[in-house]
Amino acid sequence: MTIQFLTISQLSDLLKNKKISYEELVDETFLLIKKYSSINSFITLNQKQALIDAKKLNVSNDQNSLTGIPIAQKDLFCTKGLKTTCGSKMLSNFVPPYDATVVSNLNSAGTICIGKTNMDEFAMGSSNETSFYGNVHNPWKEGFVPGGSSGGSAAAVAAGLVPAATGTDTGGSIRQPAALCGLTGIKPTYGRVSRWGMIAFASSLDQGGPICRNAEDCALLLDAMSGYDEKDTTSLKIDPTKINNNINEPLEHLNIGIVREFKQSDLSVDSQQLFSNTIKEFENLGAKISEISLPNIVQSVPTYYVVAPAECSSNLSRYDGVKYGYRSSNADDLESLYVNSRSEGFGEEVKRRILMGTYVLSSGYYDAYYKKAQQVRRLIKNDFGNAFKEVDVILTPTSPSQAFEFGSKGKKDPTELYLEDLYTISANLAGLPALSMPNGFINGLPVGVQLIGNYLDEEKILKLGHYFQKETDHHLKKPNLEGFA
Amino acid sequence: MKWEAVIGLEAHVQLSTETKLFSRASTTFGDEANTNVNLVDCGLPGVLPTVNKNAFYKAVKFGLAIDASINKVSIFDRKNYFYPDLPKGYQITQMEKPILEGGSIEINIDGLKRKINITRAHLEEDAGKSIHEGFKGTGIDLNRSGTPLLEIVSEPELRSSQEAVAYMKELHKIVTFLDVSDGEMSQGSLRCDANVSIRQKGETELGTRTEIKNINSFKFIEKAIEYEIKRQIAVLESKEKVEQETRLYDSIKNETRPMRSKEFANDYRYFPEPDLLPVVITDKEINDIKKHFPEMPKEKSIRYVQEFGISESDSSIISNSKNLSNFFEDCIKIVNDKVLLAKILVGDISSLLNKDAKEITDTNFTPENITQLINLISDGTISGKIAKDVLDQIRLKNIEPYEYIKEKGLTQISDEDAIERIILEILAKNPEQVEAYNNGKDKLFGFFVGQVMKATQGKANPKSVNLILKKALSNKHT
Repeated sequence: MTIQFLTISQLSDLLKNKKISYEELVDETFLLIKKYSSINSFITLNQKQALIDAKKLNVSNDQNSLTGIPIAQKDLFCTKGLKTTCGSKMLSNFVPPYDATVVSNLNSAGTICIGKTNMDEFAMGSSNETSFYGNVHNPWKEGFVPGGSSGGSAAAVAAGLVPAATGTDTGGSIRQPAALCGLTGIKPTYGRVSRWGMIAFASSLDQGGPICRNAEDCALLLDAMSGYDEKDTTSLKIDPTKINNNINEPLEHLNIGIVREFKQSDLSVDSQQLFSNTIKEFENLGAKISEISLPNIVQSVPTYYVVAPAECSSNLSRYDGVKYGYRSSNADDLESLYVNSRSEGFGEEVKRRILMGTYVLSSGYYDAYYKKAQQVRRLIKNDFGNAFKEVDVILTPTSPSQAFEFGSKGKKDPTELYLEDLYTISANLAGLPALSMPNGFINGLPVGVQLIGNYLDEEKILKLGHYFQKETDHHLKKPNLEGFA
Repeated sequence: MKWEAVIGLEAHVQLSTETKLFSRASTTFGDEANTNVNLVDCGLPGVLPTVNKNAFYKAVKFGLAIDASINKVSIFDRKNYFYPDLPKGYQITQMEKPILEGGSIEINIDGLKRKINITRAHLEEDAGKSIHEGFKGTGIDLNRSGTPLLEIVSEPELRSSQEAVAYMKELHKIVTFLDVSDGEMSQGSLRCDANVSIRQKGETELGTRTEIKNINSFKFIEKAIEYEIKRQIAVLESKEKVEQETRLYDSIKNETRPMRSKEFANDYRYFPEPDLLPVVITDKEINDIKKHFPEMPKEKSIRYVQEFGISESDSSIISNSKNLSNFFEDCIKIVNDKVLLAKILVGDISSLLNKDAKEITDTNFTPENITQLINLISDGTISGKIAKDVLDQIRLKNIEPYEYIKEKGLTQISDEDAIERIILEILAKNPEQVEAYNNGKDKLFGFFVGQVMKATQGKANPKSVNLILKKALSNKHT
């Protein structure tokens, strides 16, 4: 029996019916990970502890849906006693003394942490190519990117090594890799999931969420991850979601909006066709489709690339070679300790964003950039508020492109890669929940579609995703991994 | 040429909260390095700040005392700069929307009262400390990192070093009475930066200012500002320009020196702290603080006079010190002679405190032993002279007044027959002095009193001695 490509619910059934033990499941998982190690989806494995944890479960024997389920953690969630690098040389020696709330929530739900997944350095990137730990292959095609920044998480799930992984999403870092790897991923409402222990990139945009094989599993995992945390004052004072129990409830009279400002011409002809097909599929499911306007949405990318770097430039100041992390050995005074530790410890993209952020916050430029960007951000938020008076859910493509070849984008002009986030960024700016799920293939590579929900409407978009997946089979396709074994 | 100094102070007051502003680590001073530090204080990856509302309550309390307007929604900002004792690479402070704006503090120099306006007061976290002794290189102690500070910025309305000190003393009084801070300057609980400039008298434009950083005693505030004023006058009188710069005061050489430009040439890149929501103070919370507002020196002073009949000058001295007034109020519950209590507190006890440069809380004096002493004086058991001795013995050996008096046989002689016997003996021994006295040499009265006291080792009740002596002398006359 192979456990590869099984969903959480399928694995849970196997465990419940004693078709497989917790330890066997963990062992099988590590066999798979080793077999497909060339994908490079993991930075650190947690094999010893995972087996200990599995053994403990045999004793307690209290089977919930998540008990004993192997989960991969994106390597920016702090894991007590387990190296957490954030994809950076800067934290290549960092072992956190504490667990992120997401990690402890999932641990107490009974999941088993298998290891830490590869990612763009400090979550800055859309192709996983900025990682200090090397490129990650898209399981659908060797030499092609899995997307980013949660590229390792997406690749590990797409290759069927684990049924689910955590990700974080600052501008699309869950949804875009989910789309490029044929998976379902959700970025929850800002504040739904605690950021305690989630290494910050841009505090006002960062949000953790799951990447799974389908919407049902996403609901299950989100229910376990979410909830108010007194250690994060920006987390919302509401109970964890309880979506998985209701996921099969019918959705009636659903109005879906299509964004007028997202021009079809931004997509390839094939993508346009796929998107039109998806609209038809939703219509066939009984949804009413209408066009809505988000007048300021065209400003999302520039707005994002002011706000996110500004916050990142400050958040990354703590990596100075003084207390933890990488310290340059070529330092003879305080100034050179700072300069050399940071110059040697950070990669190019991180440095680029720190520079941008430092620039836009500089005295004399603050009003023109950061303050203006925050004003535009408010306008974008208002646009969504107006749109959700008319529709329940907004449907967009997830990404303008499919997986692309290593090194093919952003070499000359880094902003080329920034446009990858065109459809995803606005949900972060507005703090809205958004889900990506597969809606077809072009040349054998998966394509994703995005459902943006109103504030706290995770249930609606997950139900709609689940409904769609009951009627379609895009999410059931599996990549051929022969080349990786 | 007549010069005038223009001084504004930025005072940093450490708030006396149990835990830090953004973490629940203890704020205890003087513990072993890096023991009062948690994940948040050392700025580990992934940690987040949470607000200590008690710090806000203390700030609001201060605001109410100086009649400032309270921003019910206050926002935190990040001030970005690199320093080894600043673990996050930024300080969380309030730039755009401080908790307090406006208000004033009244200073009083030789009876001349002046209101100094306050620009603003904001909450921020303190940094850690760099330690250079006992290390190869530099050590970092993060115990102080995250301790809540209230930075109180005055308008540039102070005109002399004396006024600056008076302002800081008044501020010290307010924050200690309110229990907003322990005010311990030696531990850095109250310190200030002074902005100093000079201009010709009558001029309304401000001159170029320098900022003297981190002065931590009243004496140094006076000396540093004094030095800086003289220095700037000398610069201007030699037709040169004052540089706008940050300077440090060296208390050993008694001079100010410019800091290296790298140490302050920062663009702090302020922006709103995205990890914290705006903090809201409700009317109910403000009203609760008002309801439990402590009595301030002015009110105390008036009440002491009205309620206990003590003199205005004694009352004002006692009520201006938190420690003295606390002590006074503890005694008042058990002491009968309140006037005498006030006199002794302001007189003998205060001079002993001055002599030892101590606060009353750091001595052997307790409401119990002082009450015993006062009662011994007022019921005539001991004289004022003996009382002084008893106080000194409390101070040095922590004796119990009742026991000590008994043991040493210092009980005052109030038996009038006994006193009369002694007086008559003395008069008989000194016929010449008696005659001289009766011939109008009144000053000799003191001689006789002295002789009586000598004979009784100071234990004779002075009142009785006076009375009986007068009677005895006039009997001799006739």
